[in-house]
Amino acid sequence: MSLTRQDVEKIAHLARLSITDREMPVYVSSLSSIVEFVNELSRVETANVEPMAHPLVGQHQRLRPDAVTDSDHHEKYQRNAPQVQAGLYLVPRVIE
Amino acid sequence: MLHDLSIGALADRLAAKELSSVELTRHFLARIERLNPALNAVITVTTQEALADAARADARLAAGERGPLLGIPLIHKDIFCTDGVRTSCGSRMLDNFIAPYDATVVAKLKAAGVVMLGKANMDEFAMGSSNETSYYGPVRNPWDTTKVPGGSSGGSAAASAARLAAFTTGTDTGGSIRQPAALTGITGVKPTYGRVSRYGMVAFASSLDQAGVLAQSAADAAAVLKVMAGFDPQDSTSVDVPVPDYPALLDAPLKGLKIGLLREFFDGLEPRNAKLIRDALAVFTALGAATVEVSLPHLPMSVPTYYVVAPAECSSNLSRFDGVRYGYRCTSPKDLTDLYERSRGEGFGAEVKRRIMTGTYVLSAGYFDAYYLKAQRVRRLITDDFRAAFEKVDLLAGPTTPTPAFAIGAKIDDPVTMYLNDIYTIGANLAGLPGVSAPCGFVDGLPVGLQLIGPHFAEARLLSAAHQFQLATDWHTRRPRGYE
Amino acid sequence: MSNWEVVIGLEIHAQLATRSKIFSGSPTAYGAAPNTQADLVDLAYPGVLPVFNGEALRMAVKFGLAINAQIAPRSIFARKNYFYPDLPKGYQISQYEQPVVGQGAITILLDDGTVKRVGVTRAHLEEDAGKSLHEGLANASGIDLNRAGTPLLEIVSEPDMRSAKEAVAYMKKIHTLVRYLEICDGNMQEGSFRCDANVSVRQSGAAKFGTRAEIKNLNSFRFVEKAIQYEVARQIEIIESGGKVVQETRLYDSDKHETRSMRSKEEANDYRYFPDPDLLPLEIEAGFIASVRATLPELPDEKAARFARDFALSTYDAGVLSASRELGSYFEAVVAALGQPHAKLAANWVMGELSGMLNRDNLEITASRIPAEALAGLLKRIVDTTISGKIAKEVFESMWSDGKAADAIIEERGLKQITDSSAIESVIDEVMAANPKQLADYRSGKDKLFGFFVGQVQKATGGKANPAQLNELLKIKLAGGQAVS
Repeated sequence: MSLTRQDVEKIAHLARLSITDREMPVYVSSLSSIVEFVNELSRVETANVEPMAHPLVGQHQRLRPDAVTDSDHHEKYQRNAPQVQAGLYLVPRVIE
Repeated sequence: MLHDLSIGALADRLAAKELSSVELTRHFLARIERLNPALNAVITVTTQEALADAARADARLAAGERGPLLGIPLIHKDIFCTDGVRTSCGSRMLDNFIAPYDATVVAKLKAAGVVMLGKANMDEFAMGSSNETSYYGPVRNPWDTTKVPGGSSGGSAAASAARLAAFTTGTDTGGSIRQPAALTGITGVKPTYGRVSRYGMVAFASSLDQAGVLAQSAADAAAVLKVMAGFDPQDSTSVDVPVPDYPALLDAPLKGLKIGLLREFFDGLEPRNAKLIRDALAVFTALGAATVEVSLPHLPMSVPTYYVVAPAECSSNLSRFDGVRYGYRCTSPKDLTDLYERSRGEGFGAEVKRRIMTGTYVLSAGYFDAYYLKAQRVRRLITDDFRAAFEKVDLLAGPTTPTPAFAIGAKIDDPVTMYLNDIYTIGANLAGLPGVSAPCGFVDGLPVGLQLIGPHFAEARLLSAAHQFQLATDWHTRRPRGYE
Repeated sequence: MSNWEVVIGLEIHAQLATRSKIFSGSPTAYGAAPNTQADLVDLAYPGVLPVFNGEALRMAVKFGLAINAQIAPRSIFARKNYFYPDLPKGYQISQYEQPVVGQGAITILLDDGTVKRVGVTRAHLEEDAGKSLHEGLANASGIDLNRAGTPLLEIVSEPDMRSAKEAVAYMKKIHTLVRYLEICDGNMQEGSFRCDANVSVRQSGAAKFGTRAEIKNLNSFRFVEKAIQYEVARQIEIIESGGKVVQETRLYDSDKHETRSMRSKEEANDYRYFPDPDLLPLEIEAGFIASVRATLPELPDEKAARFARDFALSTYDAGVLSASRELGSYFEAVVAALGQPHAKLAANWVMGELSGMLNRDNLEITASRIPAEALAGLLKRIVDTTISGKIAKEVFESMWSDGKAADAIIEERGLKQITDSSAIESVIDEVMAANPKQLADYRSGKDKLFGFFVGQVQKATGGKANPAQLNELLKIKLAGGQAVS
């Protein structure tokens, strides 16, 4: 099952990835072959089989006590930020 | 030579004051300086920090403290966050990222007194089987620098094989410790899922990733794993099970051990590889183990299953890389969408983008049931197959990889061909099982690895089996030419 | 418009009142400087992992029990994937399949006094996003992630509401309930309690629902009512003029009193929900549920029913007095001090004068300047006829501003009621003598002048004549008779 260029553009947008015109055919081709490869799975009989999201058997989510365990380190963390002003992370204007 | 000594022997010399950690560290730093350029295994060398770590270790030793890793130099795969040190994940996206905290694994090893020499090169965001997708260029196999070392922990494997450190850390999501260990002739251990904390290990596929060790021997790996393993409340998938004293359990005899040989592993294996594996198995039977043929009928579906599940999880895990709070940001974005698309489009390499898009596709409306849910059902079937097998045998054995190391550039253009390199290793990740690869010979001068897979939390059994094998053979003591 | 039926469903997001966030140990307190309450987990740094706050589970289960809902024995966290700057991971940890709370219901009291059942489809746990700020930033938006990771309980109603008023009644009921349960402070100004309304219209009797629009982030009861009313009118107009309602997300503009389309979220989002692999399934055992059930307070409906029964109050009054636990406690304390037979008097004063003062000064009942016992003290003086109801209002105002007790004020200002008939009679005589024209007019049929005489006597007595006695005596005397006193 091949993917079209349109399919790949749609996926790339959902994933917020810019793909140049030059790169596009390569991605269309490689994604198509990957999808074709994983289509093998349709041959497996899986009626009544529960999907497995975790490899751990018999484990369930631990509950953490409701305690504040963190203090303010924003200066340290914001050293990594590309653009910060007045303690806020900046992005191009968002219009609602 | 110092770099030939086991971790235990080094620890003894440090304790006996025949050697200081600073001297040992300088020795390895010099090797890195001399030998790394041909390999590109290490991308960040932390000279000053290493010498400071070593000085601190020497002070602890002088104060009478003893520890199996105290003063021992290592290199961390660049996927582990290291406080104050660049953590790049082999990607342009994090080329400028200085981690503000230590991963739990890093902190535990630090507390044990290790000396961090630097960060190892890797396939970008752990996605790859050849270490050719790194932003920092490919890593070369010390056994033949025209060949790949395997991936994604290719830098860790090459560094261990070239003895640039006493041991290295790695991560294994589909084989990324075991496969490069096999291709570079060293011992690689992937623990049970949940055995080692994932906190601070940059996530690729959350239900498959595990941190582990690449070392000279099972005995060395046992000493390291004992420190790395353990429950971490900061990781909800970390299991609260006591950590056995792996080094103390290495001498468990092989007599009576039942080793399962997977028919699916041997079907179609190249004859010279197959012979080495059978010879290795003969060593086990000579030591008293018995081999039994078993079949895991769904195992051949493990690669397609993995290439749905892992991309699905990574497509979501990598959404946080958006140029806003850290990492690469494109110049002059014209609006928010442009900021995201170009920061990510320019920051990520091709394989990463391919996997993100594959993952986005298999999770998307209309495809979720046929791909993601289907794959998770097949995953359960594969896991059930393993469980059934372990009711009959104590561990499974077979090859780690279908072939020895291939040439750099040979497979990089066809993703599916590259994916099939993981055919023997992926099943253990899907089922969360522990696995070890130990060197068992050479084909055309290139190393071949024997893989052992155990049931959940059977690391001790795997390590002792590999250790007994290494007492009876010397493959693990061989050195690549030029790296003696 | 009579052939149109309105269909409304509400999604309420209640911020749970935990000390720390749902998946990290950061504090949840409101109002901190930007990004000072956002740790590595909240900032979605590489390598971090979520760890779940058990108190959020307790609070969700408490809510589920209070609405008689199913509590899932096994519940799963799922990732909701989309890109937005206030969502640092690029996904929100939420719940999709197997939410903590399943099908439940509450009842609302309609204006005409009838009771209506409104279904709750489910309630699930999720994390809140951060905030985008735009003021003072040229061509940029600033992201503050303090709020990111605050626990939310998303409560989804069935599309059972048929008018804006019903929607507001439902929202108020949920608001009361979460405060009763002490799981949410309900502070809408601070964003602790937010509502999205799904609104559609259809011809009465139609089988299918019409296309709905979602109005997001309504943070006051008034806005919910107005937004729904506007939206209903808008949709009817579109359909009646031959158009089709578009399924979209809209915002309510409280300045222009209209809803408008949200440009940025217009594209249909494929959220690609899948179980979060960093979190394991929640096992919610019977023992845990029982321990939460043991902490349930008397619920609003139970309290209202008890008030109506024990204090012979109307359904309406009982409902008003049980609108918050604190108000109910206050009222009960007044009745306890005053005596059960006078519960109605207490109810009138709490709902009337007291509430009026609280509203005027923008105070909560817990900050009332007149404690319950003190109010009871005042009401006792009405019951024992020391003062009239009218005078009591004056005393009340003084009590509120001066903080003095009723008796002290009555004493100081000599406000005791005159109940001595002969004393009242002599004042009546004086007033009659002083106003011969009005007397003549009254006697010739101008009944309305009765009030004039009442006023004059009260003026002369400083308002202290017992009104009932005054009325009786005045009737007799104006008619020319003799009072028997």
